Amino acid sequence: MGGVHPPDNKLSIGAKLEFVQPDGISIIPLSQHIGAPATPTVAVGDKVKAGQLIAQSAGFVSANIHSGVSGTVTAIDSVVCDASGIKKPGISIQVEGDDWDESVDRSTTINRSITASGGDIVKKIQAMGIVGMGGATFPTHVKLTIPEGKKAEVLIINAVECEPYLTADHRLMLEKGDEILVGVEALKRAIGVKQAYIGIENNKKDAIAHLTSLSQNFEGITVVPLKVKYPQGGEKQLIKAIINKEVPSMGLPIETGAVVQNVATAFAVYEAVQKNKPLVERVVTVTGKKLSSTKNFIARIGTPVNKLIDLTGGVPENTGKIVLGGPMMGKATATVNVPVTKGTSGVLLFDESESHRRPEHTCIRCAKCVEVCPMGLEPYLLTRQAKNSLWDALEENKIQDCIECGCCLYTCPANVPLLDWIRFGKAEVMKRMRARNGK
Amino acid sequence: MFTVSPAPHAKGPLSTKRLMRDVIIALIPAFLVSLYMFGLSALFITLVSIASCVFFEWTIQKFVMKIPPAISDSSAILTGLLLAFNLPSNLPVWMVIMGSLVAIGVGKMSFGGLGNNIFNPALAGRVFLLISCPAAMTTWPKPLMTRDMWPWQIVDGVSGASADAFTGATPLVWMKMGNVSELNAMDMLVGKMGGSLGEISAVALLIGFAYLLVRQVITWHIPISILATVAVFTGILHVADPAHYASPVFHLLAGGLMLGAIFMATDYVTSPMHPKGMLVYGAGIGVITVVIRCFGSYPEGMSFAILIMNAVTPLINRYMKPKRFGAVAKAK
Repeated sequence: MGGVHPPDNKLSIGAKLEFVQPDGISIIPLSQHIGAPATPTVAVGDKVKAGQLIAQSAGFVSANIHSGVSGTVTAIDSVVCDASGIKKPGISIQVEGDDWDESVDRSTTINRSITASGGDIVKKIQAMGIVGMGGATFPTHVKLTIPEGKKAEVLIINAVECEPYLTADHRLMLEKGDEILVGVEALKRAIGVKQAYIGIENNKKDAIAHLTSLSQNFEGITVVPLKVKYPQGGEKQLIKAIINKEVPSMGLPIETGAVVQNVATAFAVYEAVQKNKPLVERVVTVTGKKLSSTKNFIARIGTPVNKLIDLTGGVPENTGKIVLGGPMMGKATATVNVPVTKGTSGVLLFDESESHRRPEHTCIRCAKCVEVCPMGLEPYLLTRQAKNSLWDALEENKIQDCIECGCCLYTCPANVPLLDWIRFGKAEVMKRMRARNGK
Repeated sequence: MFTVSPAPHAKGPLSTKRLMRDVIIALIPAFLVSLYMFGLSALFITLVSIASCVFFEWTIQKFVMKIPPAISDSSAILTGLLLAFNLPSNLPVWMVIMGSLVAIGVGKMSFGGLGNNIFNPALAGRVFLLISCPAAMTTWPKPLMTRDMWPWQIVDGVSGASADAFTGATPLVWMKMGNVSELNAMDMLVGKMGGSLGEISAVALLIGFAYLLVRQVITWHIPISILATVAVFTGILHVADPAHYASPVFHLLAGGLMLGAIFMATDYVTSPMHPKGMLVYGAGIGVITVVIRCFGSYPEGMSFAILIMNAVTPLINRYMKPKRFGAVAKAK
């Protein structure tokens, strides 16, 4: 149900993966995941190597952080390190050379035989600091730890990449297909399932063909071409599209028997389990209509975003907005002086003419927002109720089910800031639900 | 400095202006048929209706509501156009202006303006005129006979007395009088029949419908549910008693059904907000229309049916919800 069809603008699809050599100062935020920020295990003045643990996970829902570079720790303090512009704790490292921790296997030979047991794989994934790389950055080991009383039946790999502009996952599939499939095998073993489905949108024919042919060498991995539609890659939408089950309202995906992992996460799992390599680099698409070239970089965590933009030819004149992530769910950043983190899938530069919201008009009750909502909600109604502080009504109308995909605001002919009001209402309702449950 | 705003950062092609413009474009084929059949008077009535709707909207916003006039959203133009489509082309000018005042003033602005009205403004204006001036509102010029005449030349605007040579009944009035045989379906399809100026040609209106669907202005739910309900209901009546009740084809092509189903009932503001509700709303309009046509004292019931279902719309929105994703009892 629902969904929109924005122009896909995959400008960078032809750009092969390109390594970015680290230099200068690398800033590594301590909170690159959902959950508690990690605790530093190094001190100012320490020498570190690439791949070395520099911050320890601070609880179950948290993740280890490793250095992406070799050099000297110059500071551990609060710096602007994400789109919010708010100072948050981070470790600054002066890059010196490119020495890697000896434990990391940096050879490019593909290691196909998985020897670790399911439990060991989960432990390894936890140790290597792997988080969901589709953007949500939820620690992967938490998702792989099946709650008591539940059973995983199937693994679903999210290779939809339904956000316009982004091509990071697409390029990764074309160039690292074998590694991804070994990663999928490891994930299957980790949760003890026999079947994995890789969901790919139909506009990536080459990736579908490539992975389908490679998957012949594996048992129980099926590539599923999916209808092109945003948000096809929403976790709930993907499960519905592949196994035709709906995650219950307020429930977890595991209640359908499915565990969903992003395709880039599967690649990171391969590197962690088979190569003992922590999550210290990722593919980042740098794109925009006015850029002199668009790129898909393999960048170390901590690489400044402005360095990536410089490598494409610099910020074009009249750039009005820079978004980390895709145009539908990414975050606009006030400064490009922020590092690449585990969740940075893309850097998107908009021309001034595309940077502003259009003036808001009166709602004409055209019902387009209801038509496009993939969760079957009524954005116009939630907006009115949020404006009028009708919290009980909002809860009754399932505001907590909103996945914030932005289809309503994208479509609204009157440019009503529907999603802004819904986010506001959601936060209030969540507060009230917590207070109620706390009693 | 870069702009910072919450996601999404992309915007679709739709805008209020574009939607209104598309509806106006979709009305062009029916308007051309009207010009061909009724000539100058149709043009004149339409222009007067649009001009007075825009004038009243501007005046009320400026001097009564004291807000910046928002004429540029084209909604008043559309109301004026739709009101004219629902009037006979020989209506006295002062009545057209009165109708516009009621449409905009009472139908739309008294509820707070665009987006807040409960009833379709154009239909509010039309029904006001139908009740206040029944004679003038039910005397229609014969097609092709009045093409070079102004409205006041067809009917005496003061007395409302009709010049019989130029005016006649609509198919539904013929039906009420128990005389259906004089009409042929092909004439009704192309619009060679008496009627309000925009309602006569089913073909032209269906072309407009196709355009609205292609441009994604409306969905099929409301028009199709109305037409299907009318077809089924009148079909049953016709089979039961063919001598008494006209065929479904006749009912689909006669009167304001097509215009109402495609352009009046689908008014955004006054129709339900999701497909399930739209189907119920459409079925309600269909049933009420047939009941009035076949059992009531008015020959046509489309306007009343739409206004009645407009009043039910808030209830439909409140008690019928779209199918929620994941709406199952949470497994424990």
